[in-house]
Amino acid sequence: MSDSDNQLRSVYIWVCEGTWRASVDAALSLAPADARFTLLHVTSAEVPDAARGAYAGLFGRGHRAGDDPGTRLEKMASVSAGDLLEAAAGRLGRRCERLEIQGRPERAVVAASADADLLVVARDGDQTRLGPKSLGKTTRFVVDHAACPVLLVWPESAPGVATIPPPPHHPPPPPHHPSPPGR
Amino acid sequence: MLAWAVIRPRGWPEAVAAVPAAVILIAAGAIPAGAAGSEARQLGPVIGFLAAILVLAHLCDDDGLFRACGGWMARSSAGQSQPAGARRLLVQVFVIASVTTAVLSLDATVVLLTPVVFATAARLEVRARPYVYACTHLANSASLLLPVSNLTNLLAFAASGLAFGHFAALMAVPWLAAIGVEYVVFGRFFGADLNVRPRRDRARADRDGADRDGDTGLPVFTVIVVALTLAGFAAASAAGVNPAWAAFAGAVILAVRALARRRVAPADLVRAADLPFLLFVLSLGIVVKAVTDNGLGRALAPLLPGGTSLPALLATAALAAALANVCNNLPAVLVLLPLAAPSGAGAVLAVLLGVNIGPNLTYTGSLATLLWRRILRHHGSAPDLGEFTRLGLLTVPAGLVIGVLALWAGLHALGG
Repeated sequence: MSDSDNQLRSVYIWVCEGTWRASVDAALSLAPADARFTLLHVTSAEVPDAARGAYAGLFGRGHRAGDDPGTRLEKMASVSAGDLLEAAAGRLGRRCERLEIQGRPERAVVAASADADLLVVARDGDQTRLGPKSLGKTTRFVVDHAACPVLLVWPESAPGVATIPPPPHHPPPPPHHPSPPGR
Repeated sequence: MLAWAVIRPRGWPEAVAAVPAAVILIAAGAIPAGAAGSEARQLGPVIGFLAAILVLAHLCDDDGLFRACGGWMARSSAGQSQPAGARRLLVQVFVIASVTTAVLSLDATVVLLTPVVFATAARLEVRARPYVYACTHLANSASLLLPVSNLTNLLAFAASGLAFGHFAALMAVPWLAAIGVEYVVFGRFFGADLNVRPRRDRARADRDGADRDGDTGLPVFTVIVVALTLAGFAAASAAGVNPAWAAFAGAVILAVRALARRRVAPADLVRAADLPFLLFVLSLGIVVKAVTDNGLGRALAPLLPGGTSLPALLATAALAAALANVCNNLPAVLVLLPLAAPSGAGAVLAVLLGVNIGPNLTYTGSLATLLWRRILRHHGSAPDLGEFTRLGLLTVPAGLVIGVLALWAGLHALGG
Protein backbone atom coordinates (compact mmCIF):
# COMPACT_ATOMS: atom_id res chain seq x y z
CA MET A 1 0.00 0.00 0.00
CA SER A 2 2.92 2.32 0.62
CA ASP A 3 3.48 2.56 -3.14
CA SER A 4 -0.01 3.86 -3.85
CA ASP A 5 0.26 6.25 -0.90
CA ASN A 6 3.28 7.76 -2.51
CA GLN A 7 1.40 8.19 -5.76
CA LEU A 8 -1.35 10.30 -4.24
CA ARG A 9 0.52 13.14 -2.69
CA SER A 10 -1.31 15.94 -4.46
CA VAL A 11 -5.07 15.57 -4.87
CA TYR A 12 -7.10 18.18 -6.75
CA ILE A 13 -10.86 18.31 -6.22
CA TRP A 14 -12.88 20.20 -8.84
CA VAL A 15 -15.65 21.90 -6.87
CA CYS A 16 -18.81 22.37 -8.94
CA GLU A 17 -22.26 23.54 -7.98
CA GLY A 18 -24.44 20.70 -6.80
CA THR A 19 -21.94 17.88 -7.27
CA TRP A 20 -18.95 18.80 -5.09
CA ARG A 21 -20.01 16.70 -2.11
CA ALA A 22 -19.48 13.45 -3.99
CA SER A 23 -16.07 14.64 -5.19
CA VAL A 24 -14.95 15.59 -1.69
CA ASP A 25 -16.19 12.28 -0.26
CA ALA A 26 -14.41 10.29 -2.97
CA ALA A 27 -11.16 12.17 -2.38
CA LEU A 28 -11.40 11.50 1.37
CA SER A 29 -12.01 7.79 0.86
CA LEU A 30 -9.02 7.34 -1.47
CA ALA A 31 -6.31 9.76 -0.46
CA PRO A 32 -3.85 9.01 2.32
CA ALA A 33 -3.88 11.13 5.46
CA ASP A 34 -0.81 13.13 4.45
CA ALA A 35 -2.07 14.04 0.96
CA ARG A 36 -2.08 17.69 -0.06
CA PHE A 37 -5.62 18.64 -1.05
CA THR A 38 -6.47 21.47 -3.40
CA LEU A 39 -10.06 22.61 -3.80
CA LEU A 40 -10.46 24.12 -7.24
CA HIS A 41 -13.37 26.28 -8.38
CA VAL A 42 -13.58 28.08 -11.71
CA THR A 43 -15.92 31.00 -12.26
CA SER A 44 -16.79 31.56 -15.88
CA ALA A 45 -17.34 35.10 -17.14
CA GLU A 46 -20.02 33.81 -19.48
CA VAL A 47 -23.03 34.40 -17.25
CA PRO A 48 -22.18 37.96 -16.14
CA ASP A 49 -21.28 38.68 -19.77
CA ALA A 50 -24.73 37.59 -20.92
CA ALA A 51 -26.34 39.98 -18.44
CA ARG A 52 -23.91 42.74 -19.43
CA GLY A 53 -24.78 42.22 -23.08
CA ALA A 54 -28.49 42.46 -22.40
CA TYR A 55 -27.92 45.70 -20.53
CA ALA A 56 -25.79 47.10 -23.35
CA GLY A 57 -28.68 46.24 -25.67
CA LEU A 58 -30.94 48.66 -23.78
CA PHE A 59 -30.28 51.53 -26.12
CA GLY A 60 -30.14 55.05 -24.78
CA ARG A 61 -30.70 54.26 -21.12
CA GLY A 62 -27.77 56.34 -19.94
CA HIS A 63 -26.17 53.30 -18.31
CA ARG A 64 -25.55 54.55 -14.82
CA ALA A 65 -22.79 52.93 -12.85
CA GLY A 66 -24.21 50.41 -10.41
CA ASP A 67 -27.14 49.54 -12.65
CA ASP A 68 -25.24 47.11 -14.86
CA PRO A 69 -26.51 43.66 -13.87
CA GLY A 70 -23.29 42.15 -15.25
CA THR A 71 -21.22 43.86 -12.57
CA ARG A 72 -23.64 42.79 -9.86
CA LEU A 73 -23.61 39.21 -11.13
CA GLU A 74 -19.81 39.22 -11.15
CA LYS A 75 -19.73 40.23 -7.49
CA MET A 76 -22.37 37.66 -6.55
CA ALA A 77 -20.53 34.94 -8.48
CA SER A 78 -17.34 35.68 -6.58
CA VAL A 79 -19.15 35.52 -3.22
CA SER A 80 -20.87 32.32 -4.27
CA ALA A 81 -17.55 30.73 -5.29
CA GLY A 82 -16.06 31.62 -1.91
CA ASP A 83 -19.06 30.12 -0.12
CA LEU A 84 -18.81 26.93 -2.13
CA LEU A 85 -15.09 26.50 -1.39
CA GLU A 86 -15.75 27.22 2.27
CA ALA A 87 -18.46 24.56 2.42
CA ALA A 88 -16.23 22.08 0.56
CA ALA A 89 -13.32 22.75 2.91
CA GLY A 90 -15.67 22.18 5.85
CA ARG A 91 -16.79 18.83 4.50
CA LEU A 92 -13.22 17.79 3.69
CA GLY A 93 -12.08 18.57 7.23
CA ARG A 94 -8.39 18.44 6.27
CA ARG A 95 -5.87 21.14 5.62
CA CYS A 96 -6.31 22.21 2.04
CA GLU A 97 -5.48 24.91 -0.45
CA ARG A 98 -8.36 26.80 -2.08
CA LEU A 99 -7.90 27.81 -5.68
CA GLU A 100 -10.40 30.25 -7.14
CA ILE A 101 -9.88 30.86 -10.84
CA GLN A 102 -11.66 33.11 -13.33
CA GLY A 103 -11.81 31.84 -16.87
CA ARG A 104 -13.03 29.07 -19.11
CA PRO A 105 -13.71 26.22 -16.69
CA GLU A 106 -12.66 23.37 -19.00
CA ARG A 107 -9.26 24.88 -19.82
CA ALA A 108 -8.61 26.31 -16.38
CA VAL A 109 -9.17 22.95 -14.67
CA VAL A 110 -6.89 21.09 -17.09
CA ALA A 111 -4.15 23.70 -16.70
CA ALA A 112 -4.37 23.95 -12.92
CA SER A 113 -4.36 20.19 -12.35
CA ALA A 114 -1.60 19.35 -14.82
CA ASP A 115 0.91 18.31 -12.14
CA ALA A 116 -1.58 16.71 -9.76
CA ASP A 117 -1.39 13.02 -8.81
CA LEU A 118 -5.18 12.82 -8.98
CA LEU A 119 -8.01 15.06 -10.15
CA VAL A 120 -11.46 14.24 -8.76
CA VAL A 121 -14.31 15.11 -11.13
CA ALA A 122 -18.05 14.52 -10.72
CA ARG A 123 -20.36 13.62 -13.59
CA ASP A 124 -22.79 16.42 -14.30
CA GLY A 125 -25.02 15.22 -17.12
CA ASP A 126 -27.89 12.77 -17.34
CA GLN A 127 -27.78 10.82 -14.10
CA THR A 128 -30.60 8.42 -14.84
CA ARG A 129 -28.60 6.06 -17.07
CA LEU A 130 -25.03 4.97 -17.68
CA GLY A 131 -23.56 6.41 -20.82
CA PRO A 132 -21.81 9.30 -22.55
CA LYS A 133 -24.62 11.73 -21.76
CA SER A 134 -23.73 11.53 -18.07
CA LEU A 135 -20.97 14.04 -18.83
CA GLY A 136 -21.72 17.64 -19.76
CA LYS A 137 -19.63 19.42 -22.38
CA THR A 138 -17.26 21.09 -19.92
CA THR A 139 -16.68 17.95 -17.89
CA ARG A 140 -16.22 15.92 -21.05
CA PHE A 141 -13.45 18.32 -22.12
CA VAL A 142 -11.66 17.93 -18.80
CA VAL A 143 -11.87 14.13 -18.85
CA ASP A 144 -10.67 14.04 -22.45
CA HIS A 145 -7.80 16.48 -22.01
CA ALA A 146 -6.60 16.09 -18.42
CA ALA A 147 -2.83 15.72 -18.12
CA CYS A 148 -3.12 13.88 -14.78
CA PRO A 149 -4.97 10.77 -13.57
CA VAL A 150 -8.69 11.46 -13.21
CA LEU A 151 -11.18 9.95 -10.81
CA LEU A 152 -14.69 10.26 -12.23
CA VAL A 153 -17.48 9.85 -9.67
CA TRP A 154 -21.27 9.84 -9.75
CA PRO A 155 -22.76 12.70 -7.72
CA GLU A 156 -25.46 10.38 -6.35
CA SER A 157 -25.74 6.62 -6.47
CA ALA A 158 -24.89 5.32 -9.93
CA PRO A 159 -27.70 4.04 -12.13
CA GLY A 160 -27.83 0.26 -12.62
CA VAL A 161 -25.96 -1.55 -15.37
CA ALA A 162 -29.34 -2.45 -16.86
CA THR A 163 -29.71 1.19 -17.99
CA ILE A 164 -27.22 0.52 -20.80
CA PRO A 165 -29.26 -0.02 -23.97
CA PRO A 166 -29.00 -3.49 -25.56
CA PRO A 167 -26.29 -3.86 -28.20
CA PRO A 168 -27.36 -2.88 -31.69
CA HIS A 169 -29.12 -5.64 -33.58
CA HIS A 170 -26.90 -7.17 -36.30
CA PRO A 171 -28.76 -8.53 -39.32
CA PRO A 172 -28.16 -12.27 -39.90
CA PRO A 173 -25.44 -13.01 -42.46
CA PRO A 174 -26.69 -13.57 -46.00
CA PRO A 175 -27.61 -17.25 -46.76
CA HIS A 176 -25.10 -17.79 -49.57
CA HIS A 177 -22.27 -17.02 -47.17
CA PRO A 178 -22.98 -19.20 -44.16
CA SER A 179 -21.09 -18.59 -40.95
CA PRO A 180 -18.66 -21.31 -39.92
CA PRO A 181 -19.94 -23.71 -37.28
CA GLY A 182 -19.08 -22.69 -33.73
CA ARG A 183 -15.99 -24.18 -32.22
CA MET B 1 -25.53 60.31 -33.20
CA LEU B 2 -26.22 56.57 -33.34
CA ALA B 3 -22.46 56.10 -33.14
CA TRP B 4 -22.41 58.25 -30.02
CA ALA B 5 -25.18 56.19 -28.45
CA VAL B 6 -23.20 53.02 -29.11
CA ILE B 7 -19.83 54.40 -28.06
CA ARG B 8 -20.93 56.63 -25.17
CA PRO B 9 -17.70 58.60 -24.73
CA ARG B 10 -16.80 59.05 -21.07
CA GLY B 11 -20.07 57.43 -20.10
CA TRP B 12 -21.98 60.59 -20.98
CA PRO B 13 -25.70 60.09 -21.47
CA GLU B 14 -26.83 59.52 -25.04
CA ALA B 15 -28.97 62.64 -24.84
CA VAL B 16 -25.81 64.80 -24.83
CA ALA B 17 -25.39 64.03 -28.53
CA ALA B 18 -29.01 63.38 -29.46
CA VAL B 19 -30.49 66.70 -28.37
CA PRO B 20 -27.97 68.90 -30.27
CA ALA B 21 -28.33 66.61 -33.30
CA ALA B 22 -32.08 67.16 -33.31
CA VAL B 23 -31.63 70.91 -32.83
CA ILE B 24 -29.09 71.11 -35.68
CA LEU B 25 -31.37 69.20 -38.05
CA ILE B 26 -34.26 71.53 -37.26
CA ALA B 27 -32.04 74.62 -37.63
CA ALA B 28 -30.61 73.35 -40.93
CA GLY B 29 -34.10 72.82 -42.26
CA ALA B 30 -33.69 69.05 -42.70
CA ILE B 31 -36.96 68.79 -40.87
CA PRO B 32 -39.42 71.69 -40.71
CA ALA B 33 -40.00 72.97 -37.19
CA GLY B 34 -43.68 72.14 -37.59
CA ALA B 35 -42.99 68.51 -38.45
CA ALA B 36 -40.55 68.28 -35.56
CA GLY B 37 -43.22 69.74 -33.30
CA SER B 38 -45.85 67.25 -34.39
CA GLU B 39 -43.37 64.39 -33.95
CA ALA B 40 -42.66 65.68 -30.43
CA ARG B 41 -46.39 65.98 -29.69
CA GLN B 42 -46.84 62.39 -30.85
CA LEU B 43 -43.89 61.15 -28.80
CA GLY B 44 -44.70 63.19 -25.69
CA PRO B 45 -47.42 60.91 -24.28
CA VAL B 46 -45.36 57.84 -25.19
CA ILE B 47 -42.44 59.20 -23.22
CA GLY B 48 -44.65 60.09 -20.28
CA PHE B 49 -46.01 56.56 -20.35
CA LEU B 50 -42.49 55.17 -20.38
CA ALA B 51 -41.41 57.33 -17.44
CA ALA B 52 -44.40 56.16 -15.40
CA ILE B 53 -43.59 52.50 -16.10
CA LEU B 54 -39.92 52.96 -15.21
CA VAL B 55 -40.90 54.53 -11.88
CA LEU B 56 -43.51 51.82 -11.26
CA ALA B 57 -40.94 49.05 -11.80
CA HIS B 58 -38.43 50.79 -9.55
CA LEU B 59 -41.01 51.08 -6.75
CA CYS B 60 -41.98 47.42 -7.14
CA ASP B 61 -38.33 46.51 -6.67
CA ASP B 62 -38.03 48.78 -3.61
CA ASP B 63 -41.04 47.07 -2.10
CA GLY B 64 -39.35 43.69 -2.45
CA LEU B 65 -41.45 42.26 -5.28
CA PHE B 66 -38.49 40.68 -7.08
CA ARG B 67 -36.87 39.46 -3.85
CA ALA B 68 -40.20 37.82 -2.98
CA CYS B 69 -40.18 36.09 -6.37
CA GLY B 70 -36.65 34.84 -5.69
CA GLY B 71 -37.67 33.50 -2.28
CA TRP B 72 -40.67 31.74 -3.77
CA MET B 73 -38.56 30.12 -6.47
CA ALA B 74 -35.92 28.99 -3.98
CA ARG B 75 -38.45 27.51 -1.56
CA SER B 76 -40.43 25.56 -4.10
CA SER B 77 -37.49 24.26 -6.13
CA ALA B 78 -35.27 23.20 -3.21
CA GLY B 79 -35.23 19.51 -2.42
CA GLN B 80 -37.07 18.52 -5.58
CA SER B 81 -35.81 15.26 -6.98
CA GLN B 82 -33.49 15.64 -9.93
CA PRO B 83 -33.79 16.69 -12.64
CA ALA B 84 -37.34 17.85 -11.96
CA GLY B 85 -36.12 20.55 -9.55
CA ALA B 86 -33.86 22.32 -12.02
CA ARG B 87 -36.56 22.13 -14.71
CA ARG B 88 -39.13 23.42 -12.28
CA LEU B 89 -36.91 26.39 -11.54
CA LEU B 90 -36.63 26.99 -15.28
CA VAL B 91 -40.43 27.04 -15.57
CA GLN B 92 -40.65 29.48 -12.67
CA VAL B 93 -38.00 31.76 -14.15
CA PHE B 94 -39.84 31.66 -17.49
CA VAL B 95 -43.15 32.57 -15.86
CA ILE B 96 -41.71 35.36 -13.72
CA ALA B 97 -39.48 36.81 -16.44
CA SER B 98 -42.29 36.72 -19.01
CA VAL B 99 -44.81 38.40 -16.70
CA THR B 100 -42.27 40.95 -15.45
CA THR B 101 -41.29 41.86 -18.99
CA ALA B 102 -44.89 42.08 -20.17
CA VAL B 103 -46.14 44.18 -17.25
CA LEU B 104 -43.14 46.20 -16.07
CA SER B 105 -41.15 46.33 -19.34
CA LEU B 106 -37.92 44.69 -20.45
CA ASP B 107 -35.78 47.15 -18.49
CA ALA B 108 -37.19 45.69 -15.27
CA THR B 109 -36.26 42.16 -16.30
CA VAL B 110 -32.72 43.05 -17.37
CA VAL B 111 -31.81 45.40 -14.55
CA LEU B 112 -33.95 44.29 -11.60
CA LEU B 113 -34.91 40.64 -12.10
CA THR B 114 -31.70 39.13 -13.53
CA PRO B 115 -29.61 39.63 -10.36
CA VAL B 116 -32.39 38.09 -8.26
CA VAL B 117 -32.55 35.07 -10.55
CA PHE B 118 -28.78 34.66 -10.36
CA ALA B 119 -28.85 34.88 -6.56
CA THR B 120 -31.62 32.27 -6.44
CA ALA B 121 -29.64 29.89 -8.63
CA ALA B 122 -26.56 30.38 -6.44
CA ARG B 123 -28.60 29.69 -3.29
CA LEU B 124 -29.93 26.47 -4.78
CA GLU B 125 -26.46 25.49 -6.03
CA VAL B 126 -27.61 25.02 -9.60
CA ARG B 127 -25.85 26.30 -12.72
CA ALA B 128 -26.96 29.89 -13.27
CA ARG B 129 -26.45 29.75 -17.04
CA PRO B 130 -29.89 28.61 -18.26
CA TYR B 131 -31.70 30.96 -15.91
CA VAL B 132 -29.70 34.09 -16.65
CA TYR B 133 -29.89 33.38 -20.40
CA ALA B 134 -33.64 32.92 -19.96
CA CYS B 135 -33.88 36.43 -18.49
CA THR B 136 -31.85 38.01 -21.29
CA HIS B 137 -33.82 36.22 -23.99
CA LEU B 138 -37.27 36.74 -22.49
CA ALA B 139 -36.58 40.43 -21.93
CA ASN B 140 -36.79 40.60 -25.72
CA SER B 141 -39.09 37.83 -26.89
CA ALA B 142 -41.58 38.10 -24.01
CA SER B 143 -41.94 41.85 -24.56
CA LEU B 144 -44.63 41.34 -27.21
CA LEU B 145 -47.76 41.25 -25.11
CA LEU B 146 -48.64 44.76 -23.95
CA PRO B 147 -47.88 48.25 -25.22
CA VAL B 148 -45.99 48.86 -21.95
CA SER B 149 -43.70 45.83 -22.31
CA ASN B 150 -41.21 47.54 -24.58
CA LEU B 151 -40.60 51.08 -25.76
CA THR B 152 -40.86 49.76 -29.32
CA ASN B 153 -44.41 48.63 -28.50
CA LEU B 154 -45.33 52.03 -27.05
CA LEU B 155 -44.17 53.69 -30.26
CA ALA B 156 -46.03 51.16 -32.42
CA PHE B 157 -49.12 51.38 -30.22
CA ALA B 158 -49.31 55.11 -30.83
CA ALA B 159 -48.86 54.54 -34.59
CA SER B 160 -51.27 51.60 -34.91
CA GLY B 161 -54.37 53.30 -33.52
CA LEU B 162 -55.33 50.06 -31.75
CA ALA B 163 -57.02 50.06 -28.34
CA PHE B 164 -54.95 48.66 -25.45
CA GLY B 165 -57.11 45.56 -25.12
CA HIS B 166 -57.15 44.91 -28.87
CA PHE B 167 -53.35 45.19 -29.02
CA ALA B 168 -53.00 42.72 -26.14
CA ALA B 169 -55.55 40.32 -27.66
CA LEU B 170 -53.74 40.28 -31.02
CA MET B 171 -50.33 39.84 -29.40
CA ALA B 172 -51.32 37.28 -26.73
CA VAL B 173 -50.90 34.20 -28.92
CA PRO B 174 -47.67 35.41 -30.62
CA TRP B 175 -46.36 36.19 -27.11
CA LEU B 176 -47.15 32.69 -25.86
CA ALA B 177 -45.75 31.18 -29.07
CA ALA B 178 -42.45 33.07 -28.74
CA ILE B 179 -42.12 32.01 -25.09
CA GLY B 180 -42.99 28.42 -26.01
CA VAL B 181 -40.26 28.33 -28.67
CA GLU B 182 -37.74 29.68 -26.14
CA TYR B 183 -38.76 27.08 -23.56
CA VAL B 184 -38.47 24.12 -25.92
CA VAL B 185 -35.07 25.30 -27.18
CA PHE B 186 -33.77 26.06 -23.68
CA GLY B 187 -34.83 22.65 -22.37
CA ARG B 188 -32.70 20.92 -25.01
CA PHE B 189 -29.86 23.44 -25.28
CA PHE B 190 -29.16 23.49 -21.54
CA GLY B 191 -29.96 19.81 -20.98
CA ALA B 192 -26.72 19.10 -19.10
CA ASP B 193 -26.98 22.20 -16.88
CA LEU B 194 -30.53 21.28 -15.95
CA ASN B 195 -29.44 17.92 -14.55
CA VAL B 196 -28.01 19.41 -11.38
CA ARG B 197 -30.39 18.87 -8.50
CA PRO B 198 -31.30 22.03 -6.57
CA ARG B 199 -30.29 21.72 -2.94
CA ARG B 200 -30.34 24.24 -0.26
CA ASP B 201 -27.43 24.10 2.09
CA ARG B 202 -28.99 24.88 5.45
CA ALA B 203 -26.09 26.91 6.80
CA ARG B 204 -25.87 29.02 3.69
CA ALA B 205 -29.62 29.50 3.53
CA ASP B 206 -29.73 30.63 7.14
CA ARG B 207 -26.91 33.07 6.64
CA ASP B 208 -28.45 34.39 3.45
CA GLY B 209 -31.67 34.83 5.37
CA ALA B 210 -29.95 36.79 8.10
CA ASP B 211 -28.20 38.93 5.49
CA ARG B 212 -31.39 39.87 3.77
CA ASP B 213 -33.69 40.32 6.70
CA GLY B 214 -35.42 37.06 5.91
CA ASP B 215 -37.35 36.12 2.84
CA THR B 216 -39.69 39.00 2.27
CA GLY B 217 -43.26 37.93 1.76
CA LEU B 218 -45.12 39.00 -1.36
CA PRO B 219 -45.77 42.76 -1.14
CA VAL B 220 -49.54 42.44 -1.49
CA PHE B 221 -50.30 46.15 -1.71
CA THR B 222 -47.85 46.65 -4.57
CA VAL B 223 -49.15 43.62 -6.46
CA ILE B 224 -52.72 44.89 -6.14
CA VAL B 225 -51.73 48.36 -7.37
CA VAL B 226 -49.94 46.84 -10.37
CA ALA B 227 -52.95 44.64 -11.15
CA LEU B 228 -55.29 47.64 -10.89
CA THR B 229 -52.95 49.64 -13.12
CA LEU B 230 -53.14 46.89 -15.73
CA ALA B 231 -56.92 46.88 -15.54
CA GLY B 232 -56.75 50.66 -15.76
CA PHE B 233 -54.82 50.46 -19.04
CA ALA B 234 -57.59 48.49 -20.71
CA ALA B 235 -60.41 50.50 -19.12
CA ALA B 236 -58.88 53.90 -19.94
CA SER B 237 -58.13 52.87 -23.50
CA ALA B 238 -61.68 51.53 -23.99
CA ALA B 239 -63.05 54.82 -22.62
CA GLY B 240 -60.91 56.79 -25.06
CA VAL B 241 -58.51 58.09 -22.40
CA ASN B 242 -54.74 57.69 -22.93
CA PRO B 243 -53.72 54.64 -20.84
CA ALA B 244 -50.60 56.55 -19.80
CA TRP B 245 -52.81 58.14 -17.14
CA ALA B 246 -53.39 54.71 -15.57
CA ALA B 247 -49.63 54.11 -15.43
CA PHE B 248 -49.19 57.56 -13.97
CA ALA B 249 -51.88 56.90 -11.31
CA GLY B 250 -50.31 53.57 -10.34
CA ALA B 251 -46.86 55.13 -10.07
CA VAL B 252 -48.23 58.01 -7.97
CA ILE B 253 -50.00 55.67 -5.53
CA LEU B 254 -46.87 53.59 -4.96
CA ALA B 255 -44.65 56.68 -4.85
CA VAL B 256 -46.78 58.45 -2.22
CA ARG B 257 -46.81 55.32 -0.07
CA ALA B 258 -43.06 54.80 -0.42
CA LEU B 259 -42.34 58.48 0.29
CA ALA B 260 -44.64 58.46 3.32
CA ARG B 261 -42.80 55.40 4.66
CA ARG B 262 -39.49 57.08 3.83
CA ARG B 263 -38.43 54.07 1.79
CA VAL B 264 -37.43 56.26 -1.14
CA ALA B 265 -36.34 59.87 -1.53
CA PRO B 266 -37.87 62.12 -4.21
CA ALA B 267 -34.47 62.16 -5.90
CA ASP B 268 -34.66 58.36 -6.34
CA LEU B 269 -37.92 58.73 -8.23
CA VAL B 270 -36.50 61.35 -10.55
CA ARG B 271 -33.50 59.09 -11.11
CA ALA B 272 -35.79 56.12 -11.83
CA ALA B 273 -37.69 58.14 -14.45
CA ASP B 274 -34.35 58.57 -16.27
CA LEU B 275 -34.87 62.02 -17.77
CA PRO B 276 -31.80 61.83 -20.05
CA PHE B 277 -33.25 58.68 -21.59
CA LEU B 278 -36.60 60.36 -22.19
CA LEU B 279 -34.84 63.29 -23.87
CA PHE B 280 -32.83 60.84 -25.94
CA VAL B 281 -35.97 59.10 -27.19
CA LEU B 282 -37.55 62.42 -28.11
CA SER B 283 -34.47 63.58 -30.00
CA LEU B 284 -34.00 60.19 -31.65
CA GLY B 285 -37.58 60.40 -32.89
CA ILE B 286 -36.93 63.80 -34.49
CA VAL B 287 -33.59 62.76 -36.00
CA VAL B 288 -34.99 59.54 -37.42
CA LYS B 289 -37.94 61.48 -38.86
CA ALA B 290 -35.54 63.87 -40.57
CA VAL B 291 -33.43 61.01 -41.96
CA THR B 292 -36.50 59.07 -43.10
CA ASP B 293 -38.05 62.08 -44.82
CA ASN B 294 -34.76 62.85 -46.57
CA GLY B 295 -34.31 59.59 -48.42
CA LEU B 296 -34.05 56.62 -46.06
CA GLY B 297 -37.80 56.14 -46.20
CA ARG B 298 -37.76 56.10 -50.00
CA ALA B 299 -34.84 53.68 -49.98
CA LEU B 300 -36.51 51.24 -47.62
CA ALA B 301 -40.07 51.49 -48.95
CA PRO B 302 -39.55 49.05 -51.87
CA LEU B 303 -38.14 46.46 -49.46
CA LEU B 304 -41.25 46.52 -47.29
CA PRO B 305 -44.11 44.53 -48.79
CA GLY B 306 -47.54 46.10 -48.53
CA GLY B 307 -50.58 44.36 -47.14
CA THR B 308 -51.09 41.82 -44.41
CA SER B 309 -50.97 38.54 -46.29
CA LEU B 310 -48.93 35.84 -44.56
CA PRO B 311 -45.89 36.21 -46.87
CA ALA B 312 -46.02 40.00 -46.49
CA LEU B 313 -46.15 39.73 -42.69
CA LEU B 314 -43.24 37.27 -42.68
CA ALA B 315 -41.15 39.52 -44.93
CA THR B 316 -41.98 42.58 -42.80
CA ALA B 317 -40.95 40.81 -39.59
CA ALA B 318 -37.75 39.52 -41.19
CA LEU B 319 -36.78 42.97 -42.47
CA ALA B 320 -37.51 44.49 -39.06
CA ALA B 321 -35.41 41.81 -37.34
CA ALA B 322 -32.53 42.41 -39.74
CA LEU B 323 -32.63 46.18 -39.30
CA ALA B 324 -32.84 45.83 -35.51
CA ASN B 325 -29.75 43.65 -35.59
CA VAL B 326 -27.77 46.10 -37.68
CA CYS B 327 -28.29 49.21 -35.57
CA ASN B 328 -30.71 48.68 -32.70
CA ASN B 329 -34.41 48.03 -32.41
CA LEU B 330 -35.28 51.56 -31.30
CA PRO B 331 -34.15 53.39 -34.46
CA ALA B 332 -35.35 50.40 -36.49
CA VAL B 333 -38.90 50.71 -35.23
CA LEU B 334 -38.89 54.51 -35.69
CA VAL B 335 -37.82 54.07 -39.32
CA LEU B 336 -40.21 51.26 -40.16
CA LEU B 337 -43.38 52.45 -38.41
CA PRO B 338 -44.32 55.23 -40.85
CA LEU B 339 -43.71 52.80 -43.73
CA ALA B 340 -45.76 49.96 -42.23
CA ALA B 341 -48.61 52.01 -40.76
CA PRO B 342 -50.46 52.55 -44.08
CA SER B 343 -50.74 48.75 -44.51
CA GLY B 344 -52.67 48.53 -41.25
CA ALA B 345 -52.22 47.34 -37.70
CA GLY B 346 -51.18 43.85 -38.82
CA ALA B 347 -48.08 45.19 -40.57
CA VAL B 348 -47.20 47.36 -37.55
CA LEU B 349 -47.44 44.35 -35.24
CA ALA B 350 -45.30 42.29 -37.63
CA VAL B 351 -42.64 45.01 -37.37
CA LEU B 352 -42.86 44.62 -33.60
CA LEU B 353 -42.38 40.86 -33.79
CA GLY B 354 -39.23 41.48 -35.80
CA VAL B 355 -37.71 44.22 -33.65
CA ASN B 356 -38.59 42.50 -30.35
CA ILE B 357 -37.59 38.90 -31.09
CA GLY B 358 -34.76 39.76 -33.51
CA PRO B 359 -32.26 41.24 -31.00
CA ASN B 360 -31.75 37.80 -29.41
CA LEU B 361 -29.62 36.92 -32.41
CA THR B 362 -26.75 39.13 -31.26
CA TYR B 363 -25.50 39.21 -27.73
CA THR B 364 -26.00 42.94 -27.31
CA GLY B 365 -29.13 43.21 -29.43
CA SER B 366 -27.29 44.89 -32.28
CA LEU B 367 -24.16 44.39 -34.33
CA ALA B 368 -23.10 47.99 -33.86
CA THR B 369 -23.00 47.69 -30.08
CA LEU B 370 -21.39 44.30 -30.36
CA LEU B 371 -18.59 45.44 -32.65
CA TRP B 372 -17.83 48.43 -30.51
CA ARG B 373 -17.67 46.34 -27.37
CA ARG B 374 -15.31 43.94 -29.07
CA ILE B 375 -13.06 46.82 -30.04
CA LEU B 376 -13.18 48.14 -26.54
CA ARG B 377 -12.79 44.78 -24.79
CA HIS B 378 -14.05 46.20 -21.54
CA HIS B 379 -13.29 43.14 -19.51
CA GLY B 380 -10.07 41.47 -20.49
CA SER B 381 -11.26 38.48 -22.42
CA ALA B 382 -13.91 38.93 -25.06
CA PRO B 383 -17.12 37.11 -24.18
CA ASP B 384 -17.70 33.72 -25.75
CA LEU B 385 -20.17 34.71 -28.44
CA GLY B 386 -20.47 31.26 -29.96
CA GLU B 387 -22.80 29.92 -27.31
CA PHE B 388 -25.02 32.98 -27.34
CA THR B 389 -25.20 33.12 -31.11
CA ARG B 390 -25.98 29.40 -31.41
CA LEU B 391 -28.82 29.86 -28.94
CA GLY B 392 -30.10 32.87 -30.90
CA LEU B 393 -29.95 31.00 -34.19
CA LEU B 394 -32.12 28.30 -32.66
CA THR B 395 -34.73 30.57 -31.10
CA VAL B 396 -35.02 33.66 -33.31
CA PRO B 397 -36.02 32.25 -36.73
CA ALA B 398 -38.39 29.72 -35.15
CA GLY B 399 -39.87 32.37 -32.84
CA LEU B 400 -40.35 34.79 -35.73
CA VAL B 401 -42.06 32.29 -38.02
CA ILE B 402 -44.35 30.83 -35.35
CA GLY B 403 -45.05 34.29 -33.92
CA VAL B 404 -46.03 35.66 -37.34
CA LEU B 405 -48.23 32.63 -38.00
CA ALA B 406 -49.99 33.24 -34.69
CA LEU B 407 -50.38 36.94 -35.49
CA TRP B 408 -51.77 36.17 -38.94
CA ALA B 409 -54.30 33.74 -37.45
CA GLY B 410 -55.21 36.30 -34.78
CA LEU B 411 -55.74 39.03 -37.37
CA HIS B 412 -58.18 36.75 -39.17
CA ALA B 413 -60.00 35.71 -36.01
CA LEU B 414 -60.12 39.10 -34.26
CA GLY B 415 -59.73 41.55 -37.10
CA GLY B 416 -56.86 44.03 -37.38
